[in-house]
Parts: sequence; structure tokens; C-alpha cells
Amino acid sequence: MRQTLHIFTKEFKDYFVSPIAYIVISIFLLVVGWFFFAAFFLHNQASLRNFFALLPMIFAFVMPAVTMRLFAEEIHAGSYEILLTLPVSLTNVILGKFLAASAFAAAMLVPTLAYPLTISWMGSLDWGPAVGGYIGAVLLGAAFSAIGLFASSLTRNQIVAFIIGVLICFGLTMIDKMLFFVPRLLVGPIGYLGADFHFQNIARGIIDSRDILYFLSIIFLSLYAAWLTMREKE
Amino acid sequence: MIRVEELTKYYDDFCAVDHISLNIQKGEILGILGPNGAGKTTTLRMLTGYFPPTSGTIRVKDCFMETDALKIKNMMGYLPESAPLYPSMLVFDYLDYVAAIRNLQGNARSARLKTLAELCGLDQIMHRPIGELSKGLKQRVGLAHAMMSDPEILVLDEPTSGLDPNQIAEIREIIRRIGKEKTVILSTHILSEAEATCDRIMILHRGKIVADGGTDAIRQSLGGGRRLNLKLIGADAGEVEKRLGTIAGISRIRSTGGDMLGIQVECEPGADPRSEIYGKIKETDWILMEFVLETQTLESIFRELTKEN
Repeated sequence: MRQTLHIFTKEFKDYFVSPIAYIVISIFLLVVGWFFFAAFFLHNQASLRNFFALLPMIFAFVMPAVTMRLFAEEIHAGSYEILLTLPVSLTNVILGKFLAASAFAAAMLVPTLAYPLTISWMGSLDWGPAVGGYIGAVLLGAAFSAIGLFASSLTRNQIVAFIIGVLICFGLTMIDKMLFFVPRLLVGPIGYLGADFHFQNIARGIIDSRDILYFLSIIFLSLYAAWLTMREKE
Repeated sequence: MIRVEELTKYYDDFCAVDHISLNIQKGEILGILGPNGAGKTTTLRMLTGYFPPTSGTIRVKDCFMETDALKIKNMMGYLPESAPLYPSMLVFDYLDYVAAIRNLQGNARSARLKTLAELCGLDQIMHRPIGELSKGLKQRVGLAHAMMSDPEILVLDEPTSGLDPNQIAEIREIIRRIGKEKTVILSTHILSEAEATCDRIMILHRGKIVADGGTDAIRQSLGGGRRLNLKLIGADAGEVEKRLGTIAGISRIRSTGGDMLGIQVECEPGADPRSEIYGKIKETDWILMEFVLETQTLESIFRELTKEN
């Protein structure tokens, strides 16, 4: 547990000593801010709905960029050899890196708290969906971090890791919008796989255990897959 | 201290390490020698628990690698080849991170960092990013990393590769100093290095141990007989061979020619016919210009053992 914490601290600090954090956060804020406020005054509604509607799509691109280096860089540079010969277990390493990426996702969301604050000053904001949306956003960020971590464990090339991560995250975001292609029988189960579907449920302000469970299972499965991949490499 | 039995590693079909058994005593400095691809790094990686062997067991004190890997890793410090440290971190941050993982807290941690900075000469570079350091400095940071927890066993993979002669001397000096109380295992393909730093040498070739022992023991057991070089004035090759040929213990006489007549005498193992040879020459009016005993160098033994056939 303590080892996990040390790895978490190191990885989290790493984001902020290198330029990655500042670049990713600025791009994220720029894109989100533009898309959100471009249509905000046309709708003339004091709600964050549009913000949360486009968040999964943006996260699907941003989170793999944040996580792509986690394993790929270590394996490429050889520092993974040093890490594994320190008294830490693979589980410590994976959990530490995953928590660092999730914490980064949460840190990225902090500046966007300015939106609900300004909106509540302009009109009467319904705080339920806003709070739900932020909880969902953190879960979504964590789930995409886990997927990105898994993608990063597959290769020593960061760009390949990024592309694999985007493919999976983008697929999970879009899958429930592609349902008109599948036979009716499969619509239910496949729709259930959609990350966006579950996220929008939470963002409506309804915190349902099924949606929470969905994100937790994505996290667990991805981390376990990453664990298996790294174990296989030995 | 360390007991390795029947250690084997296959990469797919390629056998990198082939049934190695070895026993390392406490306080020994063991040098693993071998040409490129002999299995040195693979052996060290298994010893440090980076990957498991295909078969065989590794035991350190009473712990088995299979079941108590974390305990063994706690006793060991490892410096991989070319010290792959995180390039973006500052030296201080990196060492502090390793200290945290090694469970050093508060005062003990800062005291340890100070000691290591002194021992490895890092005072001036504590606040520079590792990526900007020269190879020698990086290697020293790597050494500090490996010695962080004051481990009983230190494993170094080619610690002096790519360094300049001054840096090599410094690193060797550090290894010697540590080796007084710790068990050190290092790999190298530079023979003089093994000879200068190690108590015991193990030569690997194609995954097998081809020689193991002290430098002198290896020379004796594998070096065969002595070789004498003579230079004579006023002698004739045929005459020399006839005269010296009668001495017991000489296996071969060869003249190498030259301005002064060069003669090479190879002796049978264990024989030392120097006084007889001198006696025979004294009987003539030849002038003896040179009379040198050539101990076979480790280099030639090494080449002999690892010859590709």
C-alpha cells in the first residue's frame, strides 16, 4: 500500500514537472470551452448539459494522451528493469500509475468548475445534475485512464499506445450510437457497453449502482488486462 | 549467501542460460565474464528477480526467489546496464523516490542521501536532471541508487562500460570499497577489469560456465604450462634445439628468428626447467640477451575458452 502511494506521488509529480500537464490541460480547456460556450447562449439555459454531452468524446482523445507514456516509456527507456527490481510488486506499479492518471483527470476538471459557478450567477443552476456530472466525469476519467494504461502496456511505442487507447475509448463512447446496425436482439446488451450511455445517466443527476458498477468493471478489467500483459512480458 | 541451482532460461527456442549452478559466499566480489551474448545479463536479471528462470532455483539466504521475491529484492541493489534512469527527474528527486520505496523515512533518509552523495561524488549535480548528465555521472547516480538501502548484495551489470579511463578507475575504486563488506556480483567483458576488481571470476560462454575460480586458479588449471622467451646472440637455431631438447619438461622449442635469435620454449604443465636451460646455455659461448617467463594472460585463456568452433 505504501509502495503504491510512493509510485502514485512520483507519477503524479512527473506530469507537472514536464510540459505534458500544461499542454494537455490547456488544450482540454480550450476545446471544451469553445464547444460549450459557442452554443451556450443560443440555448439560453442555465445548465451544464452540453458540457457533459461532449465530455466523453473529448476524454476519449485526451486520456490516452495522458496515459500513453505510463508503461511504453518505461519499457522503451529500460527504467522498467530498475522499477521491477526495487521491492515493489507489479500490482503496486499498476495501481500507482492508474491512480496518478485518474488524479490527473480530476485535476484537469478542476478549472472547469468555473462553468457551474459563472452559470449559477447568470441563472438558476440545478446543482443535482452538475454534481452528478462531475462524479460521472471523474469515474469516466478513471475508466479511460485504466484503458489507456492497458494500451500503454501493449507496446513500447507511445504513439501506438495512444492510437490503441483512442480506438478503445472512442469505440466505447460511440458504440451506443451505432445501434441501428445491429440486430434488435443485441441492441440491449451492446447498448449497455456504451460508456457514454452510463455517463449520461449519472450526468442527469441519477446515481444508479448499475452505472457505477459499469465504470468499476471497466477499470478492473483494464487493469487486470494490463497486469496480465506485463506478467506475460516477463 | 546465494545458491543457484540448475538455472536455465530459454527465449522461445534460444537457450540463453544453460543449467548454471553456483554458490556465492558472503563478502565475495564475483566477476561474470563472457563475450557478447554469453548470457551474463540474463543471469543477472534472473538473480535480481526481473524475470523468472525457465527452470532452476535461486536461493538467497533462506528465501527462494519464487516465493519471497520481495524479501530478496529488499536485500539487493541492482544497477542495470547503462543505468536506465528516468531522464526527466532531478538527481535528488530520483534518489529521494528510491529512498521512499526502500522504506527510509525522515532523518534516516536525508542522512543516507548525504552519505551516498559523498561516496559517489554527487554533491555538485544533485539538482540537475538525470537526462543532462554525462555517462559517467549517470553511472554514479545509478550506483547510489543501487546502494540506497545499504544492501547486502550488490549486482552491477557492466558498471564501467562506456566510461573514460579516469571514470573507470573511480568506479572500480568505489566497487572495491563496497566489496570489503558486501557481496558484489558484476558482469563485464573487459578482462583487465575483472582481474583488477574481482576475487573470483566466472567465465560464461553460450550460457554455460566454462571456468570458475580465482584469477590465479583459473590461470593454473587452464593455462597449461609456462612459456619462456629467450634471445641469444651467436647461436644457431638447430644447435639450440639440439642442446635444449634433452631437458625434461620441455614440450616444444620454436625459433622465432630476428636479429638476435629468438627462441620460444613451451613447458609441460607444472614443470619449471629454467635452471637447466640456463645451465645448458652457460656451457656455450652464446650471449643470453633476454630470458623471460611469460605467464599466460587471462586474455589468452579467455579467447581459448570462448572460441567459436
